[in-house]
Amino acid sequence: MLTFNLLLLVCLAYVAFLFAVAFLAEKRAERGQGSWLRSPMVYTLSLSIYCTAWTFYGAVGNAARNGLEFVTIYLGPTLVMIGWWALLRKLVRIGRAQRITSIADLISSRYGKSTALGVIVTVMAVVGTTPYIALQLQSVTLSFAVFAGNDATGGGWDPSDLNFSALWVAAGLAVFTLLFGTRSIDANERHHGVVMAIALEAIVKLVALLAVGIFVVWGVAGGPGAMLDLIDTAPVGAWELRPGRWVGLMFLSAAAFLTLPRMFQVMVVENSDERHLATASWAFPLYLMLISLFVLPIAVTGLAHLPGDANPDLFVLTVPLAFDQDILAMLSFLGGFSSATSMVIVAAIALSTMVSNHIVLPVWLNSQQGGAALSGDVRGVLLLSRRVSICVILALGYIYFRLSGAGAALAAIGLVSFTGVAQVLPAMLGGLFWRGATRVGAIAGLVVGFSIWGWTLFLPSFGEGSVIPATVLAEGPFGVGWLRPHALFGIDGIDRVVHAVLWSMVLNTGVFVFTSFLTFPQPLERLQGAAFVQVFRRSAGPRGWADNRAETEDLLVMAQRIIGAAEAQALFSRAAEAQGKGGYLPDATPAFLETLERQLAGSVGAATAHAMLGQITGGSSLSVEELMRVADETAQIMEYSSRLEAQSAELGRTAGQLREANEKLTALSIQKDAFLSQISHELRTPMTSIRAFSEILRDSGALEEGERTKYSSIIHGEAQRLTRLLDDLLDLSVLENGQVTLNLAEVRLADILDRAEAAALSGDASLVVRRDAAIADAVLTTDPDRLAQVFINLISNAQKYCDGSAPELTIAIRFADASMTLDFIDNGTGIPRESQAMIFEKFSRLSDHRAAGGAGLGLAICREVMARLGGRIAYLPGQGGAAFRVTIPLGLAQVA
Amino acid sequence: MTDTPPPPDPQDAPFLARQSYVQRRLGDAARLLPLVGVLLFLLPLLWLMNAEAPRTARGLIYVFAIWTGLIVVAAWLAPRLMHRPPKAIDTSDSPTHEP
Repeated sequence: MLTFNLLLLVCLAYVAFLFAVAFLAEKRAERGQGSWLRSPMVYTLSLSIYCTAWTFYGAVGNAARNGLEFVTIYLGPTLVMIGWWALLRKLVRIGRAQRITSIADLISSRYGKSTALGVIVTVMAVVGTTPYIALQLQSVTLSFAVFAGNDATGGGWDPSDLNFSALWVAAGLAVFTLLFGTRSIDANERHHGVVMAIALEAIVKLVALLAVGIFVVWGVAGGPGAMLDLIDTAPVGAWELRPGRWVGLMFLSAAAFLTLPRMFQVMVVENSDERHLATASWAFPLYLMLISLFVLPIAVTGLAHLPGDANPDLFVLTVPLAFDQDILAMLSFLGGFSSATSMVIVAAIALSTMVSNHIVLPVWLNSQQGGAALSGDVRGVLLLSRRVSICVILALGYIYFRLSGAGAALAAIGLVSFTGVAQVLPAMLGGLFWRGATRVGAIAGLVVGFSIWGWTLFLPSFGEGSVIPATVLAEGPFGVGWLRPHALFGIDGIDRVVHAVLWSMVLNTGVFVFTSFLTFPQPLERLQGAAFVQVFRRSAGPRGWADNRAETEDLLVMAQRIIGAAEAQALFSRAAEAQGKGGYLPDATPAFLETLERQLAGSVGAATAHAMLGQITGGSSLSVEELMRVADETAQIMEYSSRLEAQSAELGRTAGQLREANEKLTALSIQKDAFLSQISHELRTPMTSIRAFSEILRDSGALEEGERTKYSSIIHGEAQRLTRLLDDLLDLSVLENGQVTLNLAEVRLADILDRAEAAALSGDASLVVRRDAAIADAVLTTDPDRLAQVFINLISNAQKYCDGSAPELTIAIRFADASMTLDFIDNGTGIPRESQAMIFEKFSRLSDHRAAGGAGLGLAICREVMARLGGRIAYLPGQGGAAFRVTIPLGLAQVA
Repeated sequence: MTDTPPPPDPQDAPFLARQSYVQRRLGDAARLLPLVGVLLFLLPLLWLMNAEAPRTARGLIYVFAIWTGLIVVAAWLAPRLMHRPPKAIDTSDSPTHEP
């Protein structure tokens, strides 16, 4: 038979064992050994402080009352954990980057290192956690009572007096926590020992619950199938699924998982490596699933085999006892004890850190008027305040336990606590993902949410009529019905927890967002907001400190008082070395102040560290002007470089234009040279023959009449050719310079063509000219002489060059909107493709120029004339022979 | 003052190497997983539509099956998410060979 004294002995031995483990772990960590202390598995197991005595005893009780609903409390955290990539990863990264010490520190640091927010969140956390600690006291006390009921002797202690044993349990836990928790001051210096002890306790509770579960499934029911049948026939066999609670509790547990101070402590503060989170993302849900696996089987076994008045919250203990499994009951008791102690220890550590950093230290700093950071014994104050806080927190838990009547179901108490701490969620998520969230908004949201929680859930939880009178509960304060705690705004009939969660979260979030819209953040808030929201994008945040005249020696004195002499000196000498100086006193540059503040924040929280540095460096750390100056410098550099870029692009463009111009000039010069040499050549050929024949005429006196006539006519012909050439050149030059005057008249196209044909062919009938019938009707306004000139050229070209056996020229006409096109197509071989591009150039001739008898200016002149007439002439390839297309506007306005 | 474009952010790069692309999609999957979980865990609410009230034993099997599935997927994702491909910046130290 298990005696109460034996139980007490085992209990004390277990505590001693835990302490030894913690002590050894601490020693190993100090000596730098034991990297296994920081394995992902230890991290995962330390997260299991989520599963408190509430889980261990309360989940079974809840399952016995509400069936499967208990599982929502574990599904919420599961969803948060498997979604670690989106949220927890960011939270842990920020926690490490900013050396966050607690959830209050996170909120305070995000909203401009605000002391007010630190105080508010701390108070909320303490009040919210108090029911939870009471819950642990209650469960441990009840479990003692179970064994005391079995043991008539009692060992001189009447364990049935719950209040008395609760007091002892509370005192014992306080001592336990003091020994574990306040050994080191820097909250960011992780508690290796505590974490190790918690990991061990996590294993004990899991093993205990699994052992009881396996016993009931295989030992009592006789296998999983039989157990499922038992569940089906149990009172909870029909699943009373309440949608509001199913959704609400899942949300609530997810929210609480993020905001519970103790969860934040192990998840963020004690995290030593981000990669541990990856492992925990699946390992912790697995832990939760294993913990929950046998909850329902134990509950239905208890319902089936124990008397009807047995407390379902204690089935984990009473079921093994009912089947006389003493060892199992002992293991189960240790599991419950582990759950309670680990939760209380971590919660007390987390809360005491918050209280000392956010309430005690700021008050103390203010009371010491200025010089506190230098002269006061900061370390002493810190340690003392933490120890006192731990005792006060446990005392509060005990008081709540006494007030709430120690009778409420465990699950109900836990939900009160969850809803309280979940009020931090909007400010927290807003701070992580929304840069527009402001300090005032966060304060407003927190206060509203917390007030609603207090009114609708916390105060009524003390019992009807104990804090809130029964009449107020029934009719509202001063008879205002829509303010009834369980029916806000007159909406009745919602489950109380769901009602409180719904209204507090909706109004909290609404007020937070709306107030943030209306208010404008301070410079430090904006800096911190950016550093939090964009923690993955920027490695180093902007400086929070401006240049100043702080005495480094003062800083060293202060740092020694907070983080200890050796560590402070090491920090300072490292900084001095980094600045290229020897000794212990680096310059108080903004970068150094930033580092120092981070370091101090790891001990006393961001707000306090900021305030303490502020005292020494002389007040405000940062003004809007300084922020803008920094931003301006960056902007100026960026603008300067963009200007340089624009200039160089401009230069590049200009250089390109110059190169093009140069190429054009070179080409023109070559063209001019070619033109001159062409001209000289064209002039020289007739000149040579004129000179030769005139010499013959002069020197040979006796020439026959016929010969003289022949020579003179050659000279005459050559002179005519010269004149024609010069006329053409003159014509071309006039056309090119645009000095030509046009004599516009309305004429029939046929008349011009007749004239041109007559002039070009001059009776020679070797070329047959065919015209479209439509040409006869065409009338246009143009300069008939100039147009005739073009036609004469084209027709005579055809006559000269067309090499068809029966030369033939077809003139086709087509009308467009305001112009007509005339195609001159002959039936010769046409112009080779490679020559088509150059036939309109001056002096270009495709065959021997002698045969052509022209200077090669004809088409060049045609092109100029057509340009003057507002039309154009182009070679038309692919018509069988040479083809030219002349486009003429129908009515030519005066083209200058 | 001219409008200068903000410095290019590596996260906004339109094209990524295959490995980094796969890495990002794994991240998307990891973000999506809890939503899938929420959906599946809310599914039993639809059972209320049935004429017959849902049974606890059946719910128990359903919830724990989904739970196990989520854990398996998360365990598959976690090591792959932590395996970071070497960053492009890191290679700048070592001499690179241009083809």
